[in-house]
Amino acid sequence: MPLIFVGGLIFGFGLGFSHMARPEVVLNFLQFEDFGLLFVMGGAAVVTGIAFALVPRLRTRAPLTGDTYGRRLKSFDRNVLIGGAVFGVGWGLSGICPGAAYASLGVGNITILWALAGMFVGAYLQGIWRSQRTASETSATSAD
Amino acid sequence: MVPELVAPALFESLFPNGISRYAVGGALVGLGAVVIYLGTAIPAGASTFLESTLSYVSDQSRFQQYRSSRDWRVVFTLGIIAGAAVYAVTFQSGLVSSGLYEAGSTGQVYDVGGITLWLTDVQPWRLFLGGILVGIGTRIGKGCTSGHGVCGVGSASKTSIIGVITFLIVAIGTAQVVMALGVSP
Repeated sequence: MPLIFVGGLIFGFGLGFSHMARPEVVLNFLQFEDFGLLFVMGGAAVVTGIAFALVPRLRTRAPLTGDTYGRRLKSFDRNVLIGGAVFGVGWGLSGICPGAAYASLGVGNITILWALAGMFVGAYLQGIWRSQRTASETSATSAD
Repeated sequence: MVPELVAPALFESLFPNGISRYAVGGALVGLGAVVIYLGTAIPAGASTFLESTLSYVSDQSRFQQYRSSRDWRVVFTLGIIAGAAVYAVTFQSGLVSSGLYEAGSTGQVYDVGGITLWLTDVQPWRLFLGGILVGIGTRIGKGCTSGHGVCGVGSASKTSIIGVITFLIVAIGTAQVVMALGVSP
């Protein structure tokens, strides 16, 4: 847990330093006024890329959890495109994504609570909707 | 000769705030994820926190599946907030400065106890409505800019790369439309 906090600390400091905690800067990127965001995402992915490629070769299990090192792989399906598109509309409208929104609170941006409230509402609606769909699919199967 | 004259101007228009604060900040974001990965083998993402935290207050099965991870996700998020606060008391307040850091001119700054804090100018309705869509979208799409964008792309995951391309294109389109409609800020 202390290690996760330290990791979050560096992560959040980086988001502040890179101004990603400022929705205006993200919107400036999306409106082609400042392409700096490419270096944030690229820089971060290069650092994780090196670690994710090297660490599993050097050792097999993580010291704190005993879990084996792996890559972050998620199965591809239509949901990745649908969800990505919905997320894209929200990101383009507000300039805010989850990690940057938490960091924004840290730099004093109280107004961001609107976005955080929205995210919880959205995640809740999605969860309810999906729970209900799973329930109806299960009952339909058992009826067969 | 011509490229030498054109290149600096082009660079200036593409990167009016330079690139160092972005590249350094991005590398730190990656480093934060790597620190967690080294110790725990967890490729951290920021958006699952939304659902896992809902498991404290909702009995929906959808949220309960995150019970085992919800505690560390809260710690991770508090770490992000604290890290950004450390940035606020150092660089944002001008206590520490560096040639790699360029202060911005967006939003508004205000002082609390000698610490410079920052407020966005983006309107609350945009933040709230955008937040709802972000909340729905990241959950359907299995990740956000940190999960897909940082850890997923770092893993060379095809799913994540496609996810990132999808939300980048849609976000650019949306932001352009919003700008064209004259919504500002």
